[in-house]
Amino acid sequence: MLRIPCPWCGPRDEPEFRWGGEVPVLRPGPPEAVCAAAWAEYLFMRENPKGWVRERWVHACGCRQWFVVIRNTVTHEIRATAPLGEPLPEIGP
Amino acid sequence: MRFSALALARSALSFHDNWPQLWRSPEPKRRYDVLVIGGGGHGLATAYYLAKEHGIGNVAVIEKGWLGGGNTGRNTTVVRSNYFYPESARLYELSLRLYEELSGELGFNIMLSQRGILTLAHSSHQLEMLARWLNAMQLNGIDGELLDPPAVRRWLPLLNDSAAARYPLKGAVLQRRGGVARHDAVAWGYARAADGLGVDIVQNCEVVGFLRAGDRIVGVDTTRGRILGDKVALAVAGHSSVLCAKAGFRLPVTSYALQAFVTEPVKPVLACVAVSMATGTYVSQSDKGELVVGGGLDLYPSYAQRGNLPTLQEVVAGLLELFPAFGRLRMLRQWAGVVDVVHDSSPIIDHAPVQGMYLNCGWGTGGFKAIPAGGLVFAHLIATDRPHPAAEAFTLRRFATGALIDEGAAAGISH
Ligand SMILES: Cc1cc2nc3c(=O)[nH]c(=O)nc-3n(C[C@H](O)[C@H](O)[C@H](O)COP(=O)(O)OP(=O)(O)OC[C@H]3O[C@@H](n4cnc5c(N)ncnc54)[C@H](O)[C@@H]3O)c2cc1C
Ligand SMILES: [Zn+2]
Repeated sequence: MLRIPCPWCGPRDEPEFRWGGEVPVLRPGPPEAVCAAAWAEYLFMRENPKGWVRERWVHACGCRQWFVVIRNTVTHEIRATAPLGEPLPEIGP
Repeated sequence: MRFSALALARSALSFHDNWPQLWRSPEPKRRYDVLVIGGGGHGLATAYYLAKEHGIGNVAVIEKGWLGGGNTGRNTTVVRSNYFYPESARLYELSLRLYEELSGELGFNIMLSQRGILTLAHSSHQLEMLARWLNAMQLNGIDGELLDPPAVRRWLPLLNDSAAARYPLKGAVLQRRGGVARHDAVAWGYARAADGLGVDIVQNCEVVGFLRAGDRIVGVDTTRGRILGDKVALAVAGHSSVLCAKAGFRLPVTSYALQAFVTEPVKPVLACVAVSMATGTYVSQSDKGELVVGGGLDLYPSYAQRGNLPTLQEVVAGLLELFPAFGRLRMLRQWAGVVDVVHDSSPIIDHAPVQGMYLNCGWGTGGFKAIPAGGLVFAHLIATDRPHPAAEAFTLRRFATGALIDEGAAAGISH
C-alpha cells in the first residue's frame, strides 16, 4: 500500500488516487504539421524507466487535484510531490 | 534421453539417481549466429524453432536469472484462443494447436489440460457483449458456446447464483478447448529440446549493453563478458523498455506488476477455469488441489516483483462474492510478475528500429498461452527477415498507422 502525500490533503492511501502517466509528455504542434510518427511518439512511446520517475497523479477520491510525484518504480518510494507547475527536486540516481 | 515408461522403470532400479541433466550449462562462446535475450517461454521457444525449423543451431539464450524465473514461471497458466479480432484469433489458435501437440513434440509432459474456460456475465449488458464476442469467435472459426444459467450451474456448482448475489448469474461463454498447462514444464521442455539441437542456454548472465558497428547492433555486453551475435533478439517482457533504452529507442510499453496467489490445497471443487467479467477475477484448481487465483493489474507502473495489497484485496473480494465457500480457505503464496503492457493488449513481433535487432514483447498479462506461436513466428522473422503470415499485423509501426488490434477493449478481459 502506498501512502501518497497529496499537496493539499496530506498523506492518503493509494486507492484514493489515480496514476496519470509519466511527465513530461509534450503535445507536438501545430496539428497540421505533425507527422504520424510524431503523433505516435506523443501518444504511445514512453520512457517507462526502472528506478526514479516523474509522473502525474490525481487525488480522485479526495480533492480531485492533479499533481506531480517523484516515485521509484522498483522500491515504490515517493521522494516528493508538488502541485503542477511548481518546482520539484531533480531526480537523481 | 527420451522420457518413456521404460526409462522410468529402468531408472527406478537405480533409485532414480541417474537421471541426466535436462540441459547443459555451457560457458558462453565468443560469437553466435543469433543471441536470444531472455530465457522465458518466448525466448526458449524461439531458440528451439530457430534450430528446428530453420537449421540455425549456433544460438545462445541469455538469461539474467534462472530459466523461466520471469513471468513464465509466475503466471496462472490459462490457455485459450477465444480472441475477438481475426488477427489475434489466428495467432492464438495457432498457439493452442501447437500446445495440443507439444508434449509429443518435445518429449516432455507439459500437462495440458483442456478442461474448458467459462467467462461469466453478471448483467444483461455483459451478456450482450459476450454474445457479440462469441459471434466474432465463431466467424474466426474458434469453438465457443453460449451457456444459460442452468448450464453454468452444472459447470460451477459452488457459484453464488442466488437472487441476492452481488454479481447475479446471467450466462457464460465456454471455450471447451481452453484450459491450463504446466508453466515450468513448458519452459523446461523447450529448454531441453533446444539444448538437444545445440542451443547454448546461459543462465545468471545479464545483458547490460549493446555492441555496435556503425548503425548495427553486433552483440551484447553481459555480466559474464562480451558476446557477439549476428542477430540480437529481445524477449524480455517487462524489461523491454530498459533494454531498448540502452539501444537508443523507446517502446509503447508500460511495465506493471501483475499478481496471483494460491490457496491451501483441497479436494477437487472446480473443474474448469472461471473468469468473471464484472470483477476481473479468475480461478482454476491446480493438480495439487490449490486454487490458483488472479485478477487485474496493480494500479501504477512497477518493476517490483511483489504487488501491492489494494489490488490483492480487490481480487479476493471478487472471488468471495462469486464463491463464498472459498472464504474458508487460507492463502498459501502470493507473488507478482512484471508485465509489458501496450495500449491495444496485442504483442509486438517486429524488427527493432535499429539494425540487427528484433523485438518480441507486449504480451502483457496474456502471453503464456502464446509461447509456442510466439516462438515460431519470432524465429521465422529472425531467420528470414520477413514476418510470419500469422504475425503480419503485430508490427511496431501500427502505433503510427493506427492499425491497432485492440483486444483489451474488444474481448474485455486481460488474460
Ligand atoms: C501473475 C501473472 C499471471 C499471468 N497469467 C497468465 C495466464 O493465465 N495466461 C497467459 O497466457 N499469460 C499469463 N500471464 C502472462 C505471461 O506470464 C507472460 O506474457 C509470458 O510468460 C511472457 O513470456 P516471456 O518469455 O516473454 O517473458 P518472461 O517469462 O518474463 O521472460 C523474460 C526473461 O527475460 C529475462 N531478462 C530480463 N532482462 C534481462 C537482461 N537484461 N538480460 C538477460 N535476461 C533478461 C528475465 O529474467 C526473464 O526470465 C501472466 C503473468 C503474470 C505475471
Ligand atoms: Zn488531495
